[in-house]
Amino acid sequence: MRGALRAGAVCAAAVVSVLACGGEKRAADAIVVGHVASMTGDTATFGRSADQGMRMAIEEINASGGALGKPIELITEDDRSVTEEARTAAQKLLQRDQVVALLGEVASSRSLAAAPEAQRAKRPMISPGSTNPKVTEVGDYIFRACFIDPFQGFVMAQFAVDELKAKRVAILFDFKQDYSVGLAEFFRETAQKLGAEIVADERYTSGDIEFRAQLTTIRAAKPDAIFVPGYYTELGLIAKQARELGIDVPLLGGDGWDSEKTIEIGGDAVEGYYFSTHYAADSDSPRVQAFVKDFQAKYGATPDAMAALGYDAARILADALGRAGSVDGPKLRDAIAATKGFDGVTGKISMDEQRNARKDAVVLKIEGGKFRYHRTVSAE
Amino acid sequence: MRARSLLWLGVAIAFLVFLDVAAPRLLNPYYVTILSRIGIAVIAAVSLQLVNGFTGQFSIGHAGFMAIGAYASAALSVFAGAAVLAAAAQVVPLPVARLAYFPVALVFGGLVAAVAGIVVAVPALRLRGDYLAIATLGAGEIIRIAILNIDAVGGARGFSLASPEYPSIDLRYESLAGVFGVALIAIAAISRLVYAGGGLAFRAVREDETAAESIGIATTRVKVEAFLIASFFAGVAGALFAHSEGYIHTNTFGFVRSFELVAFVVLGGLGSLSGAILAAATLTALPEVLRGLGEWRMVLYSLLLIATMLLRPQGLLGQRELWPISRLKGGGG
Amino acid sequence: MENLLQQLLNGITWGSIYALVALGYTMVYGVLKLINFAHGEVYMVGAMTGYYAAHALGLTQAPSLGALVLVLLISMAACALLGALIERVAYRPLRAAGRLAPLITAIGVSLLLQNAGQLVFGADPKFFPALLRSEEVIRAGGVAVSNIQLTVLVTALVLMAGLQYVVRRTRFGRAMRAVSYDAPAAALMGVPVDRVILGTFVLGSMLAAAAGILVGLSNPKIDPLMGLMPGLKAFVAAVLGGIGSVPGAMVGGLLLGVIETFVTAYLSSTYRDAIAFVILVVILLLRPTGLFGAPQTEKV
Repeated sequence: MRGALRAGAVCAAAVVSVLACGGEKRAADAIVVGHVASMTGDTATFGRSADQGMRMAIEEINASGGALGKPIELITEDDRSVTEEARTAAQKLLQRDQVVALLGEVASSRSLAAAPEAQRAKRPMISPGSTNPKVTEVGDYIFRACFIDPFQGFVMAQFAVDELKAKRVAILFDFKQDYSVGLAEFFRETAQKLGAEIVADERYTSGDIEFRAQLTTIRAAKPDAIFVPGYYTELGLIAKQARELGIDVPLLGGDGWDSEKTIEIGGDAVEGYYFSTHYAADSDSPRVQAFVKDFQAKYGATPDAMAALGYDAARILADALGRAGSVDGPKLRDAIAATKGFDGVTGKISMDEQRNARKDAVVLKIEGGKFRYHRTVSAE
Repeated sequence: MRARSLLWLGVAIAFLVFLDVAAPRLLNPYYVTILSRIGIAVIAAVSLQLVNGFTGQFSIGHAGFMAIGAYASAALSVFAGAAVLAAAAQVVPLPVARLAYFPVALVFGGLVAAVAGIVVAVPALRLRGDYLAIATLGAGEIIRIAILNIDAVGGARGFSLASPEYPSIDLRYESLAGVFGVALIAIAAISRLVYAGGGLAFRAVREDETAAESIGIATTRVKVEAFLIASFFAGVAGALFAHSEGYIHTNTFGFVRSFELVAFVVLGGLGSLSGAILAAATLTALPEVLRGLGEWRMVLYSLLLIATMLLRPQGLLGQRELWPISRLKGGGG
Repeated sequence: MENLLQQLLNGITWGSIYALVALGYTMVYGVLKLINFAHGEVYMVGAMTGYYAAHALGLTQAPSLGALVLVLLISMAACALLGALIERVAYRPLRAAGRLAPLITAIGVSLLLQNAGQLVFGADPKFFPALLRSEEVIRAGGVAVSNIQLTVLVTALVLMAGLQYVVRRTRFGRAMRAVSYDAPAAALMGVPVDRVILGTFVLGSMLAAAAGILVGLSNPKIDPLMGLMPGLKAFVAAVLGGIGSVPGAMVGGLLLGVIETFVTAYLSSTYRDAIAFVILVVILLLRPTGLFGAPQTEKV
C-alpha cells in the first residue's frame, strides 16, 4: 500500500513539473480571433466556406487599417464535424490561444457544444449560421448573424402548402442533430396549422448511408412532398435512394443543403428540389454581385450561404470592436448587442434582444445542376 | 511500519491539497485539463487491469462502464444535485456544499456502473476467451447505444452539466485532488486486493481456470468480484470525467476508447499495475505534449501495439511492479 | 404487403454485403481460431481502391457493367495482397503464441489501417463514382427494383456460389476444411498448412473487397472509418450463423440485413446499430455456436 502511494506521488510530481513549463503567450500586436469550424469530416464545406468568407472579410478590414489600429488574426481550429470536438476546439482557442472572441460554429449542435465555453470565459461568440434557437439561449455572450429555425420552418411549410399545394407531407429528419430535430418540429407545427397532414415522420442519424427502409415507409404513405431538414451529405444519398425507389415527389430542405456537394453527391437525383437558405448567389443585388465577384476572384468558386454568413459575421465583429473601443469581453459583448442595420451581404442585420438577427430567407430551386433563386420570404 | 504508512498518507494528502490549490494558479488551465485526463485514464486502466491482467478475463468493452458512471452521475447532478446544492447554499457557503456533494456524485456513478457490471458479468462470464471478448464488446456497444437513445440525458446531442432550473449553480467540478485522490485509492485498493491474502485466487483463475476450480476456488465469484470492482472504478472515472468536462457525449465512450484502455493494459504489461499506470499516463500525455503529432497519434498507438505483441508480448513490465510487493505472505502491502 | 416485400428486398440486398464480409471472418476463424478484427478495414480498402482505380482509369465518365467488373477485379486483387500481407507480417509470427496475443494484434492492425487510412485517404468522406447509371428495372405492384440493387444482389450471390464451389469441390477447399477441423493432423497428412492459411486470408479479403465495391455502388459515401461498424456487424452475422461455418456466414449476413431493415422500418432507425449487438449477446448466451455451428468441448 505504501509502495503504491509512493509510486503515485513520484509519478504525479514528475508529470506536474514537466507540464509546469508549459503555457504559451501570444504577441500583443494583433487582435486574435478564433474560429471553431468543421474543416474536415461530414460537413466540411460548412467550415471551409465560412472560413473563406471570414478570411476574405478580415483581409479587407486589415487592408484598411484593421480594428483598433491593429490587424486581426484569425486562428481556425478544426472540429472534424464532431460535436464534442467543437467544445475542445473552443477551449483551445479561448484558453491556449487567448482569443478575444469566437466565430462559429455553423452546425447548431456544435455551436451548442462550444457556446458554454465562451459564456464561461465571458468572451463573445458569433455564430455565422447556426439556426437552432437554443444556441443563443446559452447565455448573453452568444450571438448569431442569421435567422432562426422557427422562421425557417415556417418558410418551407408555407412554401409546401401554398406554392406546391401539398396536402400530405412526410418528414425525414436527422435525429442526431439539434438543427434537424428543431427545424422538423417547427415545420411540423406550421404545416399542420396550415392544414396539411403529416403522413409519415421518419428519422435517421448523421453518418447513416442506408435510408431505403425509411424511404419505403414514406413511399407507402403517398406524400405530396417530403421535408428533409438535414445536412447535405446524407441528403445526397437520400435523394439517390429515393429516386431508385421510384419516389418522384419533390424533396424540400433547409439551409443544411447549402453546399456545392449537394449537387456533386446527388447529381441528377436532386433536380427540381427546393430549399430555404440565407442568400442567393445569383441575386441581382449589386452588393451580392460585388461580393460574389470578389470571392470568385480570390477563391475561384461561387460563395455559398456559409461563406457569405462567415463574411458578414467577421465584419460585424470588426465593426463592434471599433464601437467598443477595446477587446474587453463585456464591452465587446455590449457593442455586438448594439448592432443595428448593419449592411451585410446576407441582408440588413440587427441584433434583437435574444441576440438573433431578423433577416429575410430565400428559397432556392435546384435546376440544371445549379442553385437558382426562386423567391424571397421576408421576416414579418 | 504503521507510522511510516501514516507518514506517506500525510504526504499524499498534502500533495493533493497542493494540487487543488496551487496547480490551477501555476498552470495554464488547458494543462490542468490534460493532467485531469491523465488521472482519469490511469483510474480506468488500473480498473481494467484487475479484470484483464490479474483475473485473465479478456474484457474489451470497458468504456461502457465509464459511460454509465459519467451519465449516471451527471444525471444525478442535473436532476437532483442542483436542487440540493441550492437548498444547502442557504445554510452553508456554496463551495463547502459543492465539496461535500462531489464525492456523492462520484460514488453514485461508481455504484450504478457496478450494478451494470454485475448485469453484464453474470451472463458474460459463462463464456471463455474469444467469446467473452466479443460478448463484452457487444455489451459495451449496447450500453452506448442505449444511452444514446435516452432523450432525457441529451441523446445524440450530448449532455450538458447545467440545470435549467438552477442556472447559477455550477455543477462542474474540476479537481485534480479529486482525480488523483481517486487514482491513489483505486491503485491502493486493487493492489491490496490482488497482492494480499486471498488475492492469489485472481491470479489462479488467470493461470488455469479449470485447475483453480478443481482445488476449490469459487471461480465464478472471483471473476464477478473482479468485474464488479473494475466497473465501479471505471464508473467513478467516468463521473470524474463528466464533472470536469461539464459536457459528455456517448461518442467518447465507444469501442475505440475501450481499445485504448486495452492498449494501456497490454502495453504496460498484463498483470502489472505500475505498467498500466505508466502506459496510461504516457500515452494520454504524449499527443498533448507533442502537439504536432495530432493525426499520427493513433497510428503510433497501433504500431506500438502490434510491435509489442510481436517483439515483447509481455509488455513493458510483464507481471512485475515498480514497487516492492509481498508476494506470498498474507496481509500488509 | 408490397411494402413488406420491398423492405425484404432492401434487407436482403443490404444483408448480402454483410454476408460477403462475414465469410472472411468465418473462414479465418475456422482455420486459425482467430477473430481477424482487421477484416472490416480490408472492406474499406477495397472501396477506396475502387474509388481511386475508377478515377485513374477515367471510368467515372463512362459508366458501364464492364467498368464495374474491371474496378471489382482491381480492388479484389489489391485486397488479396493486403490480406496476404497482414497474415504474413502480423499473424503468422504469433501462430504459437496462444489466443490472446493474436487477438490484440488484430485490434492493433485494425486501428492502424483506420488511422493510416485517414492520413493517406484524408478524413473527408469521398463519393464513389456511379459506375452504373441508375435505372428502374422492375416496378411490380409497388415494389421498385433498381438495376443497382439487382447488381449488388446478383454479384454477391455469384461470389458466394463461387466460394461454395471452392470450398466443396476443389482440393484447396478440402485442404481448408481439413485445417479447420484439425490443423496438426492435416499437417501430418501433408497439407501445406501455411499456404492454406494464406489462401484463406486471400479469399476472404477478395470477398471483402467486392463488398466494398458493391456498397460504393449502392451507398456511395465512403470514408476511412467506414469499416468499423459494418466489420463488427458482419462479425456478429458470422457468429449468428455459427463462426467457422461458411453457409452459416451467408445465412447470418442475410438474416442480419433483413432484421436491421425491419427494425429500422417498423421500430426506429436509432436502434439500427444496437440490434446487431443485442443479437450477438442473445446468441452467445443461448447458443454460442450459432445457427449452423457444432458444439465445442473444452479439453482439460
